[in-house]
Amino acid sequence: MIQLTNVHKKFQLNRSEIVAVDDVTLSIKEGEIFGVIGYSGAGKSTLIRLLNGLETPTSGSIMIHGQEMTSLQGAGLRNARQKISMIFQHFNLLWSRTVEENIMFPLEIAGVKKSARKQKVKELIDLVGLTGREQAYPSQLSGGQKQRVGIARALANDPEVLLCDEATSALDPETTNAILDLLTDINERLGLTIVLITHEMHVIRKICHRVAVMEAGKVVEMGNVLDVFQSPQADITKRFISQVTDTGDTDAAMAHLQQESPHGKLIKLAFIGERTEQPVLAELIRKFPIDVNIVQGNISTTRDGAYGTLVLQLVGDVAVIEEAIAFLDANEVKTEVLIHD
Amino acid sequence: MIEQWFPNVNWDKMWEATGETLYMSAYSTFFTFVLGIALGLLLFLTSPGQLWANKITNVFTGAFVNIFRSIPFIILIILLIPFTKLLFDSMRGPNAALPALIIGAAPFYGRMVLIALQEIDKGVIEAARSMGAKTSTIIFKVLLPESMPALVSGITVTSIALVGYTAMAGVIGAGGLGTLAYLEGFQRSREDVTLMATILVLIIVFIIQFIGDFITKRLDKR
Repeated sequence: MIQLTNVHKKFQLNRSEIVAVDDVTLSIKEGEIFGVIGYSGAGKSTLIRLLNGLETPTSGSIMIHGQEMTSLQGAGLRNARQKISMIFQHFNLLWSRTVEENIMFPLEIAGVKKSARKQKVKELIDLVGLTGREQAYPSQLSGGQKQRVGIARALANDPEVLLCDEATSALDPETTNAILDLLTDINERLGLTIVLITHEMHVIRKICHRVAVMEAGKVVEMGNVLDVFQSPQADITKRFISQVTDTGDTDAAMAHLQQESPHGKLIKLAFIGERTEQPVLAELIRKFPIDVNIVQGNISTTRDGAYGTLVLQLVGDVAVIEEAIAFLDANEVKTEVLIHD
Repeated sequence: MIEQWFPNVNWDKMWEATGETLYMSAYSTFFTFVLGIALGLLLFLTSPGQLWANKITNVFTGAFVNIFRSIPFIILIILLIPFTKLLFDSMRGPNAALPALIIGAAPFYGRMVLIALQEIDKGVIEAARSMGAKTSTIIFKVLLPESMPALVSGITVTSIALVGYTAMAGVIGAGGLGTLAYLEGFQRSREDVTLMATILVLIIVFIIQFIGDFITKRLDKR
């Protein structure tokens, strides 16, 4: 569906050169929700703007639905953009227009007849749950409602791809979840391919099928969300994952335990999918004569299943502890030894 | 009672002069609005990073605006006499003042338009581009509507300045309340005529300000 090959984007800024996107190759499948995560300045904003031609790459190829975007100009590019719509962090609505008129704007651009426009706008307002607010101006809406208008506006010309530029970053957590649910719903109902960029792992975890992690213009890690959660490779990925798994107190608790019983062994267990629902721990305690302290536990749900972590301190005979870890491994629970005694 | 306070006022002449002032102000405001928006848009769109980013056009337009904004109005009128003669075949009557009024005010208003356009959120323009909008669509459906309150309050200020300029246009015999106040009032030491002319100018200014504020308020949905 979307294929980026060796894409570079350089900016010239006061005689110094900035590489915003550095040799990115990735493919996005039709109908999937693909997330790009990175800190600000990682190049993800530039990357998403390459997809609808708001930025042109310095080199490389960008194919969308078999169409090479870099070769498009003028009317061809404008027509292509009607099928690749975009929503924004700050919504970017026209304040001089009502909700209805804002949603109508892309239809005016596409030259849709007035009667057909009215009908389409009504459908879209129902779809995003803004019925009754048609005549309101953006200044009278909350952030979440504004983003709903943005989404309705983006869907007006029946796009094939929806680009989300930090679409939930300006919203509170509850509204973020509501907007993410709406995006998931649209993805499932309309079969729309969604590409989103964010700096929040929560967004990736909640709705994405696949994720690419960006750092300094490069994609450093890419894969299914669950796989990346389960075994992150790059340091930056681990940091992003700790956004949603760490409570922050873990380190302090571990240090404390270390002091209390210095002979224990701290291990971190990762449970995936069905494993999260089985009593592996109870079995462990019953089978082996060791003491088990629970330091921290956490379950995150991703689109493809649950993912849990549990930090334990095992105190007892060293040989037995080794056996216990072997038992866990045999039960497909991933273990990682954090601190030796 | 009014007759008592203003014994020397010839009301027919006074109304005629008011009519001329209104005529000059209205026409020059209209053309200043159109020309100023054109200049402002050109300055905005050719500035770096914008849709028609073009250094040469930008610099030339900017220089044109700055030069005509800086020439004192009274000198501009005189400088434009040959141009006006070419246009109207005569230097008499309110029409003769129009070229100088418009050429004096449009660059001034053009700067205000530029400032108004720069206030528009860049994201909104980007959103319109992402929808596949043409530049003309962006101008008429994004830039102008989104800056309209500032454009209207700007033209209100400019229009009031234009009323003041019309008074000076008497120098070239354009008529209006300024000419009347000078020739009939000051030159003949009839203070009541000068006072009446002043009162009428003030009323015109207040009405323009009121209408401008009203429209600005109605347009602003922020």
